[in-house]
Amino acid sequence: MANEQTPSAGGQLTPEQLAQKDPSWQRVLLARHPKRPYSLDYIERLFTDFREVHGDRSFADDPAIVCGMAFFDGQPVMVVGEQKGRDTKQRFHRNFGMPKPEGYRKAIRVMKMAAKFGRPVVTFMDTPGAYPGIDAEERGQAEAIAHNLREMARLTIPVVAVVIGEGGSGGALALGVGNHVYMMENAIYSVISPESCAAIIWRDSGKAELAAKALRITAADLHRLGLIDAIVPEPPGGAQEDWDEASRLLGETLRRALGELSRLPPGELVRQRYEKFRRMGNFFI
Amino acid sequence: MAWFKREKSSQEQRPKPKAGDRKVRTEGLWLKCEDCREIIWKKDLEANLNVCPKCGFHFRLDAVSRLKLLFDGEYEEFDRDLVSADPLEFVDSKPYKERLAKSREAARVNDAVISASGTLQGRKVNICSMAMQFIGGSMGCVVGEKITRAVERSLAAKIPLVIVSASGGARMQEGAVSLMQMAKVSAALMRLDEARIPYISVLTDPTTGGTTASFAMLGDLNIAEPNALIGFAGPRVIEQTIRQKLPEGFQRSEFLLKHGMLDAVVQRKDLKNSIAQALLFFCGPANPPA
Repeated sequence: MANEQTPSAGGQLTPEQLAQKDPSWQRVLLARHPKRPYSLDYIERLFTDFREVHGDRSFADDPAIVCGMAFFDGQPVMVVGEQKGRDTKQRFHRNFGMPKPEGYRKAIRVMKMAAKFGRPVVTFMDTPGAYPGIDAEERGQAEAIAHNLREMARLTIPVVAVVIGEGGSGGALALGVGNHVYMMENAIYSVISPESCAAIIWRDSGKAELAAKALRITAADLHRLGLIDAIVPEPPGGAQEDWDEASRLLGETLRRALGELSRLPPGELVRQRYEKFRRMGNFFI
Repeated sequence: MAWFKREKSSQEQRPKPKAGDRKVRTEGLWLKCEDCREIIWKKDLEANLNVCPKCGFHFRLDAVSRLKLLFDGEYEEFDRDLVSADPLEFVDSKPYKERLAKSREAARVNDAVISASGTLQGRKVNICSMAMQFIGGSMGCVVGEKITRAVERSLAAKIPLVIVSASGGARMQEGAVSLMQMAKVSAALMRLDEARIPYISVLTDPTTGGTTASFAMLGDLNIAEPNALIGFAGPRVIEQTIRQKLPEGFQRSEFLLKHGMLDAVVQRKDLKNSIAQALLFFCGPANPPA
């Protein structure tokens, strides 16, 4: 018999063990929970007739980002989401949810396509970060992210962005320039992973728990800092406990957001999105 | 008994030089080129724009010297007094507020970018020059705001923008606030793009992380100095991820040029002329101030 008190890999803790952790670190563990719903799980529950589209038209198709046409309450919506794998085989296939440049290029390609046909875009962010590898660098990981940031700012359609799990720095933000930006209750959004931050500050990635607190990465933190619009509630214990309920709650937020934004003309959508990001970080003495 | 073993005692017996004595030594007058290992007289190096006179290795150039190199003469500085309020109340080995204060003193700039306006070969331009010596040239809310304001000034006055990057990326101590600066600056550059006002990005050693993944890669032209480290992830992070040694020259300017990420690699002595030529192509002849 396995000892129930022993935490297994990947943050599967008993509720009691979890409760003993620092609140920020609890969120990290929940955001990375191996049973947490991923983009495709939400897509399956929230949209009908999801038709995946593939490829960046210049190099490859990146399985770490899924894109597709779908219907939300009968309305056509382009969905873009970072996708992690559930088992070992899938994890490798999805590259642990770490997109490569071709993933970001596919994402902006389909967002522009959506804009061309006047369809709103919903993005789901869930990545430990953009893939840091030789091939990704060769093909311009930085350029791909930068390009998305600028081009998303130009989109003439409503863009709703949600951090559903891990908002891993630029790798997440590359899908995050939305008219409305939300975080799930147990999602995190950070400029650097707590482990890397701890490695830099204390030269010890084991102090990630401390770093998680210092970095202010919870939904409540980001909301307080004025960086997100609202927090999407999760079922008791976290989204991993009840995927259907988590989807329903997320669906409510999407419905409200898309309803509000659908009333704005294209120019106003661009202006509102710009003003929103323009105001971020006014923390001067 | 080893012949060459130095006895500890003789080292200890040697009197330590007093602080006053040190000043008369030649320390700091000479330095060794990091590339060709030649000994260079520091004044020679400075006269040569911090480029090794023997092998052409480009040493880093501080933000003020950079502005002096690019502007014709006098320039006006903007938003000099903008200082971060430490939104996270971040504390690591020391409080971030303290780190800021110390950096301000040591680097003699108020944050990691100087935003300035002046003329470059007779043409009015805005130049943002990053200061690597200020917390690694990292971008927090001050850098994001100063660059965004520079973009807005370029938009309002319809004058070209040059950003000289020298930065490790987003500033960890400001967390997600730093992260959002990437989106803020990039969105502002979208407006500059729509207004068809030229933006030239100059990438110098080092330009990594969130800086590369936002404004540094968004120039109408991206030009870099020779051998500058340019990338998204730092070399150490990549080595840890893939668990193998990185190839020689990886993430250097020439590597990026070869892979299609840069328009040109330009020697420091040619930088000003290069920018002027590009602006001439984009905007036509400069109108000299009346």
